[in-house]
This record gives sequence, C-alpha cells and structure tokens, in this order.
Amino acid sequence: MDPISKFMVDHKIPIGAWGKSFFGFLTDNFDTIFRAFSNGLNFILDGLVNLLLLVPPVLLALVIAVIAWLLQRSRPLAIGVFLGLIFIINQNLWKQTVQTLVLVVAAAAMAMAIGVPLGIWAAHKPKVYRIMLPVLDLMQTLPTFVYLIPVLTLFGLGNAPGLIVTIIFVIPTAVRLTHLGVVSVPKSIIEAGEAFGATKSQLLWKVELPSALPTIMAGLTQSIMLSLSMVVFAALIGAGGLGTEINRALGSRRIDLGLEAGLAIVVLAIVLDRMTRIGVGGKK
Amino acid sequence: MTVAVDFKNVDIVFGADQAGSLAMIDKGATRAEILEKTGNVLGCADASLTVHEGEISVLMGLSGSGKSTLLRAVNRLNVVSRGQVLVKDGDKIVDVVTCDEPTLRRLRQKQVAMVFQQFGLLPWRTVEENVGLGLELAGVPDAERKERVHKQLKLVNLDQWSKKYAHELSGGMQQRVGLARAFATEAPILLMDEPFSALDPLIRTKLQDELLQLQAELKKTIIFVSHDLEEALKIGSHITIMEGGRIVQTGAPEDIVLRPANDYVRDFIANVNPLSVLTAWNVMRDRRDLEHGDNGWVWLDRRKTTRFKIDDHGLVAAAERDGKPAVWVSCADVETQSEEAAQVFWATPGTSLKTVMLAMHRSQTAPVALFDDQSRFVGAIGIRDVLSAVLRR
Repeated sequence: MDPISKFMVDHKIPIGAWGKSFFGFLTDNFDTIFRAFSNGLNFILDGLVNLLLLVPPVLLALVIAVIAWLLQRSRPLAIGVFLGLIFIINQNLWKQTVQTLVLVVAAAAMAMAIGVPLGIWAAHKPKVYRIMLPVLDLMQTLPTFVYLIPVLTLFGLGNAPGLIVTIIFVIPTAVRLTHLGVVSVPKSIIEAGEAFGATKSQLLWKVELPSALPTIMAGLTQSIMLSLSMVVFAALIGAGGLGTEINRALGSRRIDLGLEAGLAIVVLAIVLDRMTRIGVGGKK
Repeated sequence: MTVAVDFKNVDIVFGADQAGSLAMIDKGATRAEILEKTGNVLGCADASLTVHEGEISVLMGLSGSGKSTLLRAVNRLNVVSRGQVLVKDGDKIVDVVTCDEPTLRRLRQKQVAMVFQQFGLLPWRTVEENVGLGLELAGVPDAERKERVHKQLKLVNLDQWSKKYAHELSGGMQQRVGLARAFATEAPILLMDEPFSALDPLIRTKLQDELLQLQAELKKTIIFVSHDLEEALKIGSHITIMEGGRIVQTGAPEDIVLRPANDYVRDFIANVNPLSVLTAWNVMRDRRDLEHGDNGWVWLDRRKTTRFKIDDHGLVAAAERDGKPAVWVSCADVETQSEEAAQVFWATPGTSLKTVMLAMHRSQTAPVALFDDQSRFVGAIGIRDVLSAVLRR
C-alpha cells in the first residue's frame, strides 16, 4: 500500500463505530420503550390481520370490489378487482395476502399522515425544503439492508419493524409529491384567494390543497406501490405475508412457489393502484 | 366628489435593498440604473393619483410600465415600499400600506374586489361555487350566499351555467364568472387587471359594452388596467399613462388625445381613431374667435358661406346660407332630415365628432353651430377645424 493511502486508512474516520455506539446507547437506555412500542404495534397489526381473516375470503374480496366501485364508479374495474382477488384465494395465498395488505395500507397511510404535512411545510418554506432535501435523498438511496440492521436491534423481529422500515422508505415520496403539488398551484388562483380576503388557513384548505390534490393522490398511489416493493425486504426481519413466501422460495429454490407469490404481489399491486388512482373511472 | 382611492407618492421596489433603491428613485434614476446598481426591480416611482367615487380610472402603458403594479397596491397584492394608498372604507379612510392584517382582510372581502387577466377561477369548483368564493371567505351564511350568487349570475346571463365547471366555459364566459365573483361581494371598489386582454376582439368589445351597462346601474369605482388605448378611451372617464414605473400624463380621455404630454404618449395615440374620442366641444372655435359683422351677425366659417344673427340673450335670431335665409336644425335629427341646401345643423358640446362630420356631409360642407344647454350660441365648427383635429395638426 502506498504511504498516502496507508496514512489515510490508519486515520480512518470511525463512522461505523459512531453509529454502532449511538444505536448501542439507544438500546442500552431506551430498550424498554422501543420494545413496548414494537409490541404495541405488532399487537395492532396482528389484530387487524386476524380480524380480516375472520371474514370468509370470498366475502372480503367482494367487499374490496365494492370499495373499488365506490372509489372509481367503474364496473369493469370492480369486476377486475374481484377476479384478481379470487385468483389469489385460488392460489391458496389469501392469509399471506391479507398480512401484506394490512402492512402496505398501514405503511402508506402513516407515510401520508407524516409526509403530507411535511410537504406542505416545505412548500411554504423554501429554506425548510433545502434542509429537508438531503435527508430525503438519504432515506431513499441508503440501501434498505443497511437500515434493516438498526431497526432490527431496536424493535426486534416482527411486523412492527417491517412497518417502520417501509414507512422510512416511503415518506420521501409522500413529501416530494405533496411539495410538488403545493408549489405548482398556479399563482393566479392563489392571488384570487388573497384578493378576496382569504386567511392563511382558508388559502390552504380552499385553494392550495384542492389544487394540489391530484398530485397528492399520485403520491398516495406511489406510496402504496413503494410499500409493496418493500414487502420482500420487510419479510427478512420477520414481517409476515407474501414476502415471507418469496424468501422461502428463494431459500429452497422453489420456482413454483416464487412464481405464485410473485404473481399474487403483482395482482395486489394492480388492484391497489387502480383503486387509488385519480381519473380511472368517470370522475375528474 | 368623494375620493375613493388616493395614491400618494407611491414607490414600489421589488428586492432586498429597499433603502438604496429609494435613494436612487429620489435622485430620479431610471429602472435600468436601479437594476444595475442594486439588483432591485423598480415597480413604480412617485405615483400620485386620485380616483373619485363612481369613476372608471384607466391605468395605461406598455407592459412593464408599472400599471398593474400600481393597481395591485390597492389591495396590497404588491407591498408598497414608501408612500400611502388611501382607500375609502365606509366613512373612514384606511391606509392600505400600514393597516393591520384583519383590516386588510376586511377591505379585501367587503370594499375592494378584483378581476384578473387570467380569470383566476378555481377549476375544481362549479361556476356558482366560484362566484360565491368571496362571500364564502367572508363567512356569509349559506342561504344568503346562494341568493346573492344567483342574483349575480343572472346579471351576467350565466344562470343556466351555474352547475358547470369553470373550465367547461369559453374564455368570455369565464371572465363573466370573474366579473360576477367580484360583483357578488358588493364591494364598491373594483380593480380590473387587463380583464379583457386574453379574449378575442369580438368578445372583448362585447364585454366592454356589458361592463359599461353594468356600471351605469351599479356605479362602482373602477380602476382598470389596459395596454389598449382604444379600450381605455372607450371605457375610461379618466386616463393615466405610465412609462417605466412613472406617471407621464393623467387627465380626461380627450386631453390625452389632443394634448399628449410627450413623445411616448404621442406614440400611443398615433394609431387611435380620433373620432372615437373627440366631441364637438374639443374642435369648435369659440364665438369670440369668429368673425363678427354688423347688427349681431357672426360668420360661422372662414369662407363666409354661413352666418347667424345673435340676439342679446345669445340666442339665434336668423340664419343665412350663401346669402339666402336658412333654417337651423339639431344634429340629433341628421339621419331623418332631407338634404336641403338651406339648412344649418347645430350640435351640443357633447355631440361626437363623428355626428358633426355626418352633419357637414349632409349639408354640403356647411359649418356646424354649437349651442349650450340653454340653446345659446357658443361657437362653430368649420371643415378646417374638423380636418385639423383628425390630422392632429
């Protein structure tokens, strides 16, 4: 090794060690809190899954199809949703699909609940957005496996850490699209609101959010899709569902099992995407 | 006449270095100089203008002349750097520049409404929801709001479109919605920022006529921004011309056309048809400047074809044309009169130059007399007066 490289390596900045001691500090001191949080979250998620599994599968598929019809007012879409779900029941993957569905919907909902207010804040305060931007980039580009480890140490195995990892991965999208939606509200209609005496909150609720709604809804769709893409990773730290099946198929080289579970994810993705997308049916 | 809006030495600068820019304005620096030195954009400088109640005051200029900037100071869409903008608020006067937020909001909701060039309608709302926006923001109860919205929609002939979405309407209709939205708040002051510029010429003319009709009924105070002098002359009772952020001339429409203050204004009016602005009053020769003969006879024209005998009360006692007695008839009847040689037309000061010319045409280029509202003779218009007014010589 040349002397310069050797010098640099000898004086390596101990980022890994710092991170380790930071998470060590957290587990040493706040372990009970994290575990309690994790247990509570697991309890809620498992409870939801069990509740949904009490319903006969075909009936639940029908209910989801009806929800699809209510959201989009499109009969072909509702029929398609129903047939897709029947296919999953036919493949004997219903239980795993419900687990995945709960995880995905919970993660997307949480990501929106956190991401939308952050996005609005960032849109109103360009300085805040400038600080937020590198953090968002970090959250999206840091390889998923890297933050599986600390989440695992803090929250243990189960659905809860899977949910948390998914939320971290999805929040940036919710923030970015909300930000985009709010900053692209045409200046002319903001001025119209101001000129007729809107307060700041009236401006937000009556002008900015309705105008940004299509983009925010695109954010929701994207959040759901990204959550689905995290299912396989989340399964690595004990989140149940279709991801577990795929990991098992990978471990035992079962092409058939992998194909079935993979197709079930695709079907679920299409169903959720079409249900939440704006403008699929007759509505504007 | 009551003052509705009073701009007092208004300076508007966009940018960080307000103090530096204001100092440069005081030294008379141009917009380009200020931009180079401070990086700030001069919106308008030392603008003073009084707008009276019930008047349509037009701010004119090329784009970038500061006309919209000044208009938007009235409801503080643009922040004034220095000076006062006094707006009548019931029986009080409020300085928009310094008033607090609640006062400003009340002014915007109840006193000053605005119509935008790009309409500024909310596309996800129906026509009636758009018209009700101002009332909704002001917290007007649902039932009252519905009633007022419906009344406005009727006024602009859009009542059968109330459930449509704004984007389903044509441009002209969208701007009618914009007008109705502004009228619905019943604000006495109306700001119109090039409201008809985005429309095609036929629709524009139609909406101008409609605005004038509505104004005759509603008697609002309107500040209207336009870059089109024909439009300004048509609807304005007062015109202010701006250049580079400064006011270069302000006055009645015919003042601007007959006495342009500088080359900028002259360029503006170069292509304007004087027939659409000038009246008999603007082109006549006063009776004292006419050539007087014996026994109260006055020659109406330089060629001495026509003369009037004026009695002690200033009334016409006799008329003579080409040495023969003639009758005098009102220009108002010019269309119905047969073409007789022995008649002389008379006009009132407000008669348009176009009518005067028609009268001359009908009477084989005879001069046209001018009477005041008590039928007293005040002056006359010969063919040369008309030609010099039209040619601006």
